[in-house]
Order: sequence, then C-alpha cells, then structure tokens
Amino acid sequence: MATYSTNEFKNGLKLIIDGDPCNIVENEVVKPGKGQAFNRVRLKNLKTGRAWEKTFKSGESVEAADVMDTDMEYLYCDGEFWYFMDPISFEQIPASLEAVADAKLFLKEQDSCVVTLWNGAPLTVSPPNFVELEVVETDPGLKGDTAQGGTKPATLSTGAVVRVPLFIDQGEVLKIDTRTGEYVSRA
Amino acid sequence: MIETTGANPAALTVSNVKQRLAKRAKMLAAIRYYFDQQQMLEVDTPLLSDYPVTDPQLDNIKVENPTVNYQSTSQPWLYLTTSPEYAMKQLLSLGSGSIYQISKSFRQDAPGPKHSIEFTLLEWYRVGFKMTDLIDDVTALLMALMPTSLMANGVEILSYREAFLRHLSIDPFILTAKQLEDFAHQNIDCDFTDQDKDIWLDLLMSHCIEPNLGQQTPCFLIDYPASQAALAKIAHDQQGNLVAKRFELYIEGIELANGYEELTDHDQHVDRFEQDNQRRGELDLPVQAVDQHFLKALKSGLPECAGVALGVDRLLLLAAS
Repeated sequence: MATYSTNEFKNGLKLIIDGDPCNIVENEVVKPGKGQAFNRVRLKNLKTGRAWEKTFKSGESVEAADVMDTDMEYLYCDGEFWYFMDPISFEQIPASLEAVADAKLFLKEQDSCVVTLWNGAPLTVSPPNFVELEVVETDPGLKGDTAQGGTKPATLSTGAVVRVPLFIDQGEVLKIDTRTGEYVSRA
Repeated sequence: MIETTGANPAALTVSNVKQRLAKRAKMLAAIRYYFDQQQMLEVDTPLLSDYPVTDPQLDNIKVENPTVNYQSTSQPWLYLTTSPEYAMKQLLSLGSGSIYQISKSFRQDAPGPKHSIEFTLLEWYRVGFKMTDLIDDVTALLMALMPTSLMANGVEILSYREAFLRHLSIDPFILTAKQLEDFAHQNIDCDFTDQDKDIWLDLLMSHCIEPNLGQQTPCFLIDYPASQAALAKIAHDQQGNLVAKRFELYIEGIELANGYEELTDHDQHVDRFEQDNQRRGELDLPVQAVDQHFLKALKSGLPECAGVALGVDRLLLLAAS
C-alpha cells in the first residue's frame, strides 16, 4: 500500500480517506507556539464532491489514492454504460452513470474527454470545455431577431436543454460551454 | 504575509522597495532606541553552532563544516541556530548583565503565511526579572513600537487553564489524555490516536483557542502545563497545578513572542535535555547531542533572569495591519 507522509502533502495530492479517493485542495501547517505541528487540510471527496477540513498530526502517513487523469475518446452509450477508448492502447472501458453524472449531457461521439481513473476504473468524466451539438428540437426561429431579445429552450442531440437566442432553428449546430451549460455561438 | 515585511528582496518591487525598507528600518531603530534608553547592551552571537537543539519540536538546518579536515576536534556538521538562546545564556553566565540581540534564526519549519525557515528574531534577557516583570517590559516595548490604537485597551493576561475554560469549557489540568482525545475527536475531524496528553492540548490550543487570542487587545497566555516548560521554571499555581513560568504573546491570533522565567539549575537542564531526547526516540527523530558549551555555562552559574524571543517579521506585519 503506497502512503504519503504529511510532509509530502501539497495541493492536488490524492489520498484515500474513509475508503474514498480525495483530493487535497489546501494544506496548512498549524503549530501552537513551541508544540506539536499539525496539517490542517481542506479535502474534496472525488466521488461525492463534498469538501471539508481534516487535521493530521505531522508525521502521520495516509494511504495514497491511485487516481490519474487520462485523455480518452468517447465512443458510445449502450443504455447502461458509456464507453471510452484510450487513443494509444485502444483499450475500451465502460463508465457508469455515477462516474459520468452530468457530463452525459455533453458527450459527443469521438470527442476527447478527461477521464479520471481510480484503480483503473472511471471515477469522473469531464467533457471538453466547449462542444458542438445539434439542435433537435426548438420553437421555429424568428427571422430578423438578431443578438438582442429573449431566449428560448432548445433540446440538443445529447438530450441537454439549453437557453438559446430566438433566431436559432432546429438542425443548427451550436457551440456550448460545458462548464456552465450555456450557449456560446453558432458553430 | 511575511513576504510583505521587506526581509526578502525577491518579494520587493521598484514601486514598494523604499516604503517597505523604510518601515523595517524604522522598526529596528525603534527597538534599539528602547533598549539603549535602558542601558541594555546589544550583542551579536554566532549563527553557526557546534550543537543542534534537543527540543523535539524544533529542527536545525545543518551545514557541512568546512574546517572538519583541518582541526581534529571539529564535527562534520554545524547547525544554524534556531534562536540565539544558548549563546546569549553563555554571555549571561559570564556576567554580561542584561542583553538584547536582533538576529536571523533558522528552523526547518514547513513554510506558510506565518512561517519562514529564515526569520528575524529579537531576543532579550533581563537579569533579576520574574515572569511578571518581563510581561510589563514587553508591554512597554509594544507601547513604544505599535500603533496607539492597538494598545488603547492595555493588555490581557490569561492563564492557559482560563483560556481552555473560556473557549472550550474544559480544565486542561483535570482531564486525562484519553478524555482530551475523546473531546478532540468530537470537535475536530481527525483520526490519529496518541497517549501523549500534550498532543491533544496542542491540537485544541492551535485549532480552537489560538485564533481567538489577542483579538480585542494583546494577550499574554501564561502558566503553561509543566510538561510544556521547555527551559522555564516550574511552580504551583493557585489551584495547586504544576505550571511553567512561561508566556506567549498573541495579537490577533498570531503568536508574537515566547518568554520564560529562566531555569538556572544545571542538573534540571540535564534532566530536561534527556526527556527531550527520550521523546525524540519515541517519535523516531534523531537523538541530538547536548550543547556542551551551554552546559559548561550553566555549571559556572546562570544568573536568575527572564528572557523572551519576539518575531520581528510578525511584529512588522501586525504594525502594518
């Protein structure tokens, strides 16, 4: 079992806490006057997203989490799993709904995604910051209405619903910011 | 934070260099003026020592000794001093009288906003002073150096026990290590266990009490548990607890100074150094050789005195805030 000592703690280090993989968000060494030093660490649970503060006695060892980010190509979904391929080894791995979570709304076949693997299995999936997706359903576009004016909902090929300007028509391809889920422009 | 006090050229810019250096120079001049007014002698002791410190919570930065091949008596390593304490006490034992020093100190601490491995320390010793005299002295120095608004309400003197009662409603002298451990686990997210009571006191002090200290007015925390005496004298408090005649000064939650009514007895020093090394063994830390120059000075007689070390970089930080 690989471990890290508190003197190796730094932002971004991955640890196993209570069985879950966690990321160090902030590490502060606290020392009262002349006494024992402690590491007060802000952690984020990579499975649940929960962030909290935990204290370690300096010198303590903590189990390392075998977590790494890999670039993988999204292939398809069979209704239960989302399949990703390592572009170098061509190895294919399935990701569960739990791992894909909200990213499923922005997964387009052949797009390169960052898949965070824990012990080789997908933990989280991050789509590219911008994706281009087709509008499959929206109210008819209003001619003459350009940049100004209101917005309307549009359903994209992935099932995501985003607010788009009134002039957008069904069948158009749009550029979407996946971090905010917002329309950016026509592609 | 410490970076803003003008000690590190790499943290200065063309636009702030003059202002920051001037603030620092003015502070150093004001410190010297205060001690000169009282006919205190400024001293200048070596930064390199033949011996490390035994304190389990302190680690020296060591450097290769370049003279090791020339003198058979030389040790392979020299140690950058964590404070000028031992050297200054040697001067006191020789009859220097009250002395002060402004010098660099080095500690293998994890760097942080309030920690730097190299920092400027003001350390002074007053012959014939008790702890309470020294607290008055530090207060007078603060009055001379700090903005008047900071000192408008005077200073607070709070015992270690009262601080625990006030902020956590527990008596640190009555509770056992196990009870403190249970209490800590209920209040702080941590998994480790330890049979050493001081670990739990340190944890609660640093996480739950320190941030509150000195928020209204500068606070002297006094009468530490005897187990945390370092090189301070030990006495009984009003409750009959054994306490160290030691204080730490806090301003706005920041520890600024650490003072002792100094232990002078040679044999008690030897005992405490042994305890330090025993504790080091338990913590898998290297056992350290005891400073023989210091022991020799103690044997010849250290006068009754009180001494304090004050972080100058932190003082500048607080004066500016």
